[in-house]
Amino acid sequence: MSFLPLADVEVNNETQPFWDALKNNALLLPRCTSCTSVVWYPRAHCPVCFSTELQWEEMSGRGTIYSYSIVAKGNGRWKESGPYVVAYVELAEGPRILTNIVGVAPTEVHINMPVQAVFDTGDDGRVLLRFTSESPS
Amino acid sequence: MSVRGKAFIAGAYEHPLRTIPNKTVQQVHAEVAAGALADAGLSFSDVDAYFCAGDAPGFGALSMAEYLGLELTHIDNTETGGSSYLLHVQHAAEAIAAGHCHVALITLAGLPRSSGAGIGGAGRFGSAPEVSFENFFGLSIVAGYAMAARRHMYEFGTTSKQLAEIKVAAASHAQHNPNAFLQNAVTIEEVLQSKMVADPLHMLDCCVVTDGGGALVVVSPEVARKLSRQSVPVLGTGFAVKHVNNGRIDLTHTGAVVSGPRAFAEAGLTPSDIRYASIYDSFTITVLTTLEDLGFCEKGKGGEFVADGALQAPFGKLPFNTDGGGLCNNHPSNRGGITKVIEAVRQLRNEAHPTVQVPNCQFALAHGTGGNLATRMGSATLILGQEV
Repeated sequence: MSFLPLADVEVNNETQPFWDALKNNALLLPRCTSCTSVVWYPRAHCPVCFSTELQWEEMSGRGTIYSYSIVAKGNGRWKESGPYVVAYVELAEGPRILTNIVGVAPTEVHINMPVQAVFDTGDDGRVLLRFTSESPS
Repeated sequence: MSVRGKAFIAGAYEHPLRTIPNKTVQQVHAEVAAGALADAGLSFSDVDAYFCAGDAPGFGALSMAEYLGLELTHIDNTETGGSSYLLHVQHAAEAIAAGHCHVALITLAGLPRSSGAGIGGAGRFGSAPEVSFENFFGLSIVAGYAMAARRHMYEFGTTSKQLAEIKVAAASHAQHNPNAFLQNAVTIEEVLQSKMVADPLHMLDCCVVTDGGGALVVVSPEVARKLSRQSVPVLGTGFAVKHVNNGRIDLTHTGAVVSGPRAFAEAGLTPSDIRYASIYDSFTITVLTTLEDLGFCEKGKGGEFVADGALQAPFGKLPFNTDGGGLCNNHPSNRGGITKVIEAVRQLRNEAHPTVQVPNCQFALAHGTGGNLATRMGSATLILGQEV
């Protein structure tokens, strides 16, 4: 969907459900059944109360931009991708997560902008969670 | 246990070169070690503790102890990025106070300029658990700091012009340092017109990329008394880890909020006692946020503070980075750190360049910021004096 590079992410037993869900266009995160925290990034325990009783739960995929930067020129595989937007998106469920804002002109991006998840999938099936304007312009 | 007055910095040395072709990293470690020991009036055979961080090759202190030929009772490989070497001073002071060693050698060296690494370097991600959730989004080091700057601007009205004041002050100091990588004065306009790297940070908001290194020798009071060279007592130390906190990140505060008060409490001093400050300056925003978090001004007022000429030596409210700092002088191995302590020692010994020497510099502060700003970071604060 976007023209930004995808990546060979490292999938392990702690994160497998997250990556599997992205391929099905869903954002799944662990929620602690003890203290109810949504855990970011996914792992086998809750870093708030140390419980290992977590349940995968589908998130709304909605959020707002907490901060962002327009990168003029990236490094490595991103060298020709600029200008692109790196951002922290605050999910409606709480965590502020690192991502890219796509499908919107970089100059239109602003703090507090409502955004929604994009399951950015390549022809080879690789997928990254990115975000776009909630009401695409 | 307080380490106040229980350890002294007896030797400090900064490699004079900023581009070092045809030498190995370990060789530069050895050169700065020799320089700091000579400064202290000590030799390699006096060293019984050695400290290094991730810039040291191989097994770190194990490889380097062998390479240098040291006989040691204590080693420390603590790695917290650019703040490592300030934390090493704290750890050395603790080890000396515990009687585990008497002469501690700390070294940093790197050759990012000759090896072609860019700003911030290639990063040391390895198999870290966060990698797949952060590093595949084109997040450059600069972009991470730029997001902290953007949020600071949003919350407090900070401007690019105010950030530029920090570079202008550093550059005015660097004019007097014949070893500085950049020795030219710059104007606010030149900073604002320099190439935008990661909005809102321009090229001139970023530190230099230099080869080089530095070393420190920290000794017990007994050793310090026998040396003819003026030693600088460690009066206060503070360290803090700040991380993403289960994704509930806060980009406008650093670990200095915790490390600063710890150091001041140990020293029995307050920010108003500090005559000179070495503030880690990987980027201009690093300085601004750190000044606020250390209590030199109210949170959110850093922009006004720096725009008022506060950082200008020798007569500003808080002269900073009189060597030109990482922004102009030196950021060896993409992680200054040790140069922050070295310039503070020069100020306390009255050996800074006369034009930027702070008169009656009784107390100095050095602060290191390692890792990323406000997300995954180690903050280390040292307060040093002229006497206990």
